[in-house]
Amino acid sequence: MKTREERVFQAVSHVIMIFASAVCVIPFLLLIISSFTDNNTIVANGYSFFPEKWGLEAYRYLLQRSDQILRAYGITVLVTAVGTVGNLLLTTMLAYPLSRTDLPGRKALSFLVFFTMLFNGGLVPTYLLYTTYLGVKNSLAGLIVPLLLLNAYWVMIMRTFFQNSIPKAVIESAQIDGASEMRIFCQIILPMGKPIIATVCLFAGIAYWNDWYNGMIYVTESNLFSIQQLLNRMLSDIQFLQSNSSMAGAADYISKIPGTTVRMAIAVVGILPILVVYPFMQNNFVKGIAIGAVKG
Amino acid sequence: MRSRSKPRKLKRFIPLYLMMAPSLLYLVINNYLPMFGLVIAFKNVNFKKGILGSDWAGLENFKYLFATQDAWVITRNTLLYNIAFIFVHTFLAICLAVILSELTAKRSKRIYQSVTLLPYLISMVIISYLVNAFLSSDTGFLNNSVLPLLGMEPVSWYTDPGKWPAILVIVDAWKNVGYLSIIYYSAVLGVDREYLECAALEGATKMQQIRKIILPLISPVITIMVLLAIGKIFYSDFGLFYQVPMDSGPLYSTTNVISTYVYRGLMQLGDIGMSSAAGLYQSAVGFVLVLISNLIVRKLEPENALF
Repeated sequence: MKTREERVFQAVSHVIMIFASAVCVIPFLLLIISSFTDNNTIVANGYSFFPEKWGLEAYRYLLQRSDQILRAYGITVLVTAVGTVGNLLLTTMLAYPLSRTDLPGRKALSFLVFFTMLFNGGLVPTYLLYTTYLGVKNSLAGLIVPLLLLNAYWVMIMRTFFQNSIPKAVIESAQIDGASEMRIFCQIILPMGKPIIATVCLFAGIAYWNDWYNGMIYVTESNLFSIQQLLNRMLSDIQFLQSNSSMAGAADYISKIPGTTVRMAIAVVGILPILVVYPFMQNNFVKGIAIGAVKG
Repeated sequence: MRSRSKPRKLKRFIPLYLMMAPSLLYLVINNYLPMFGLVIAFKNVNFKKGILGSDWAGLENFKYLFATQDAWVITRNTLLYNIAFIFVHTFLAICLAVILSELTAKRSKRIYQSVTLLPYLISMVIISYLVNAFLSSDTGFLNNSVLPLLGMEPVSWYTDPGKWPAILVIVDAWKNVGYLSIIYYSAVLGVDREYLECAALEGATKMQQIRKIILPLISPVITIMVLLAIGKIFYSDFGLFYQVPMDSGPLYSTTNVISTYVYRGLMQLGDIGMSSAAGLYQSAVGFVLVLISNLIVRKLEPENALF
């Protein structure tokens, strides 16, 4: 039996949550609607939720002149796939040995991993190391290797997971049966670690898909642009031209840049995979975040 | 006996060490070498002589950095923004978490949770597109549709630095509240429902239950989350301060933070000395702050300390 107070509380709560949800969704709606708006209508009336005239020209343009966009999309997919697999390999292959309480030097090595969360060299030394000594400038490695290939946070979370959820006896009995460490890792640890591996896969995948930072720093050749970097370039070029519109021929150049709606359409295509996959994965995301929550 | 068994014991673990080798090598390259690379802040970098072979410059770079107005502006901006973010997004996240946990409708609860998390999963580049759709001076939704309705003049958002503290606080909250509310939500779930039922039987109103039972019981989590955030107060979300204001020069007085200053120094101005000095300043003070905040956490809640 619900009291009157309880009913009021529930109703007010729903109103607040619906408002919060709307605030989160509305900007995306504006983006999607703009991409389906007639370009001249946007130039005349601005972005609107209820455009006077709809239009598919942005998407038609994407299909016709899709070479660069398709290429950027391909780069993003490749980088995400290779990066995520690499990240999973490095994370599990570090987390598992650290989870073995009998491993000599375990404490020191764990601290070595953990310390990277407390202190870092920052942009300048990292950039100089990667460009002058490792030569990743303008290469796929520049998009994949720096920063994103291993995250100490997930190593610590995964180590704890292995420690708590894989009984020591399982590993010991496999050892007695003569299984090699590699075999134990592949046939026992990986299958039993599925939930945490799936979580790391999701977050690493998102990090690679969304990354524009490595591209902005290490890549200047447009044939290596990812979708995020392409979007980044388009917006900053227009901003640059508008703020220097006194420049000779700038107006002419602006008219040649794909219209506003095209940019919006590329942005829509850029978030589409996330929007499509998200409803099926949302529980994993929520669980993945809750794992990291400090103990209450 | 012992001396014979020890090497053999170690030998048994060789496969495990080999397994870790690639990851450890990566940490050395990606994390540890750059830490030692911080010494270039004391050098006068000359690519002809090589980075390590360049002449020492002593504290020259730091003298230049702190002689400018910039050092003060970026420190102030970094600190004030982070303080504002911590207040606003923590408050909102706790509100959402408490409301969500008290909702009885399971399905809508899940929908609310996943919808509010969505902004967290979107890249800052896309977010800068979303913000631009609202703020663009000639085609933006605010200037074309909202401000005329209120009888107000259009605003040139990307050249008016005074507007940006509010804008950035809103964007930060929009992106992060859903994520943080999940963390606080799992803390609220840890509260024993029996306390609340008892209180309800005694006639406590919902608001009283929240204020007197839930909030005190989750306060350790709040304290820790806030302290951890304070530990990171010298760092900023680079994308938020670089992408969202679209690197607009007139806005630097209120959008330039240490991270963006280091980036611009290195990539746009090519001033390695100045930007490496600012980078070392950030790393060093940041490290001290993490240590202090962890020390406090360890005093308050030993099992939640990072180390």
